[in-house]
Amino acid sequence: MNKLILNDCHKKTIKDICDSFGNKPGELINVLHKTQEHFGYLPEEVQNEVAVNLNMPLAKVYGVVSFYTFFTMTPKGKYPISICMGTACFVRGAEKIVEAVEKELNIKVGGVTEDGKFSVDCLRCIGACGLAPVMMIGGKVHGRLEPGMIKGILDSYE
Amino acid sequence: MYKMQLLVCGGTGCRASASAQIVENLNASLKAHGLEEDAQVVTTGCFGFCEKGPIVKVIPDNTFYTQVKPEDAEEIIAEHVLKGRKVTRLLYENPKTQEHVADSKHMGFYQKQIRIALRNCGFINPENIDEYIARDGYSALAQVLADLTPQQAIDMVKQSGLRGRGGAGFPTGLKWEIASKNSADQKYVVCNADEGDPGAFMDRSILEGDPNSIIEAMAICGYCIGASKGLVYIRAEYPLAIKRLQIAIEQARECGLLGENILGSKFSFDMELRYGAGAFVCGEETALIHSMEGSRGEPTFKPPFPAQSGYLGKPTNVNNVETYANIPVIFLKGPEWFSSIGTEKSKGTKVFALAGKINNVGLIEVPMGITLREIIYEIGGGIKGGKKFKAVQTGGPSGGCLTQKHLDTPIDFDSLVAAGSMMGSGGMIVMDEDDCMVGIAKFYLEFIVEESCGKCTPCRVGNKRMLELLEKICNGKGNMGDLEQLRNLALVIKDTALCGLGQTSPNPVLSTLDNFYDEYLAHVQDKVCPAGQCRALRHYFINPDVCTGCTLCARNCPVQAITGEKRQPHTINQEICIHCGVCYQKCKFNAITVQ
Repeated sequence: MNKLILNDCHKKTIKDICDSFGNKPGELINVLHKTQEHFGYLPEEVQNEVAVNLNMPLAKVYGVVSFYTFFTMTPKGKYPISICMGTACFVRGAEKIVEAVEKELNIKVGGVTEDGKFSVDCLRCIGACGLAPVMMIGGKVHGRLEPGMIKGILDSYE
Repeated sequence: MYKMQLLVCGGTGCRASASAQIVENLNASLKAHGLEEDAQVVTTGCFGFCEKGPIVKVIPDNTFYTQVKPEDAEEIIAEHVLKGRKVTRLLYENPKTQEHVADSKHMGFYQKQIRIALRNCGFINPENIDEYIARDGYSALAQVLADLTPQQAIDMVKQSGLRGRGGAGFPTGLKWEIASKNSADQKYVVCNADEGDPGAFMDRSILEGDPNSIIEAMAICGYCIGASKGLVYIRAEYPLAIKRLQIAIEQARECGLLGENILGSKFSFDMELRYGAGAFVCGEETALIHSMEGSRGEPTFKPPFPAQSGYLGKPTNVNNVETYANIPVIFLKGPEWFSSIGTEKSKGTKVFALAGKINNVGLIEVPMGITLREIIYEIGGGIKGGKKFKAVQTGGPSGGCLTQKHLDTPIDFDSLVAAGSMMGSGGMIVMDEDDCMVGIAKFYLEFIVEESCGKCTPCRVGNKRMLELLEKICNGKGNMGDLEQLRNLALVIKDTALCGLGQTSPNPVLSTLDNFYDEYLAHVQDKVCPAGQCRALRHYFINPDVCTGCTLCARNCPVQAITGEKRQPHTINQEICIHCGVCYQKCKFNAITVQ
C-alpha cells in the first residue's frame, strides 16, 4: 500500500481530537472512534500521530486497533456492505447471500471493488433477526434477502 | 388530551422497513383531515413482534396493525381515526383459524408473556422522559433515597431472588452487597451493554425503548454500593441505542435526576458512556473493564473480582442491561411480588430473542419455568413452513442445543445447565430438519476462533484445532478417531481456559456430540450429511426419466463433469464433480436430485 503522508491539517485534526479527550491514554478507544469517523480508517501514519499525542508507544495503539473488529486499517468503499452472519441469518441462508454478493462484485469478503464503490464485510448480528437474512449498505438495512435479489439491489446504488 | 394514540415501532428492525416514513405519513394524514387535536403519533421502542413489522398499535382500543407500509397511513387515519372502523386487512391473522385478531391481548404471541424488563417498550416515547415518569418512572429511586438505607435496599434486591441476566446468573443482591462492603474513595457502577451474542438483541431493544429504566436502576445501585459514578459500556454498532441513551441522560440531568444531591438527598450520581469496538470477549466483566480503560479487552484471572478491584482499580459493580431493567419494578411492586414469579431458584422473567426457523420471530419476555414447547408452539407459532422441529440453540456461542426430549423441561438457569446448555443472554435460535448440527457446531467455533482474544493457550490453539477437525468432518474426510479427539479437546478446554468465554466455548460441540451423535456418525462413516447442508458431502444425480437433454446443465458446469447427447438424458461424473450445485440451480425440469 502507498505510504500516506499526513499534512499539517490532518495532524491538527488528530491533535484536536486527542485534546478534546484531555490527551489521556485511558481515552484511547474513544480517540480512535473519533479519528476513524473522520478519516474513514486508521492507517499506520494516523496511529503514529495518535500515539505521539497521547504519549504512548505506537505498539500499544496498534495493539488496540488490531484487537477490535470495529477498527480498520484499510479504507472502505463508497458504499460499505455489511452482511449479517449472526446465527439467525446463518440458519436462514446468509452464506448464499455472501456468495451472491461476492460473485456479483467479483471481490471476496474484506475486499473493495476496483472503482472504490463497494466494500464487503461480514458482521455479527445487527438485531434485525425478524428480517433475516439481512445486509446493510451504508446505513440502510436490506432484509428478507434471496440470492436473486442481490444484483437489483446493488444496481440501485449509483 | 388526545382521544387516540398511534404507537409506531421505532426499533431497528421496523426502522429498516421504513417505519420513520410511516410516522411522517400518519402525521401528514392527520393534518390533512384536521385531526391533530384528536390523535397523536408516537414513535416507541420495540413491540417484540419483529416478524410482522413494521407495527402500528392504536390505543386505547389495542388495535394491532402488522406489516404496515407507508402508503397504508392514509387509510388508517381516514378509516380508523376518523370513522372508527378498523382496517381489517392490516390486522394480525391467526394462522390456525385465519381469523383477524383485533385486540393484541388476544394474540397468541402476547398471551403467555409477562413483561417486566420490557414493560415500557412499545408504550412510551423513549426520547421523552416525561412519558417514563408518567409510568411511575423514577419513583423507585425517590422511594429508595427517601425511605431506605443502602443495606435495606440491597436486602430487598436479595429477597427478590433476582439473578444476573447476562449469562451465568449470579445473584444480583449479593453482588451489590460485596461491592458495598469494600470501602474506597471512589466506586463505579457499570452497565454491560456490549451485547455480542449473535442473534440476541434484547439489551438493544431495552436501551432503544426504555433508556430511563437503566439510568434509574444504575442510580439506585450507586446509592446501594456507595458509588457516585456510572458508566455504560455500549457497542458502537448500536447507533440508535447510543443516541436515545444520550438523550435520556441529558433529560435526567435537566430534571435533577442525575447530578448533585438528587431529589434533595445527599446522594450524587452522574453517568457517561463508553464505546465498545466489536469484541465478543468484552462481555466478560474483567475484559470489559480493561476495554473501558482504553486497552485491549483481555480478561484477567478472578479473584480479584471487580467488586474488589475493578475500573481503575476501584470497587466496581457490573450488571447487564436486562438485570438493571428489572430493578425499579422490584422496589415498586415489592420483592415478594417479584419472587412469586418463576421457579424455586430462578425468579422473575427472562427476555428471549426468538429467531431462526420459527413463524413468529421476535423478542419475548416469559416467566422462568415456562417450557420450550410453550415458547415454540404457542408464542412462536410453530416451525416455519410446517417443517419438523430439530433443535433450539440457547446461550449463543457459550450455550448448547436442546432437542425434542427437552421440549417439556421448565426453563430456568439451572435446568438449562443440566441439559448441557446455558441461559446466556437469551438468544434462542430454532432449527428445523434442514439444519446440519455439525455445521452449526462449526459455525459457532468459527465465531469463537475469530473472537478468542488469544491470551490463553487452550482457547487460542484448542478451539482452532477443534475447528480444523470439524472442517475435516464436514468435508467428508473425518474418521472415528477425530470424534474422540474432538471430545477430548473440548473437555480440556472447558477445564483449563482462563475466562468464561473459553470455558464455555466447547459447549456447542459437546452438546451436539451428545444429542446428535448419529449425525456426526453419518458424516464420518457414511460420508453423508443428513440435512444436505455440507456441500462436499452432497451428491448430485440426474434422473434419466425427467432429463430432456436440453444441455443447460452441461453448459454451466464449471468443471465439465456433465456429459450426454443433445435430447438424451445426461449423466454426472462423480469423480470430477466438485459439488457446487450449479446444475441443480440451473435445471428447469427438476431432473437433478441431491443425496
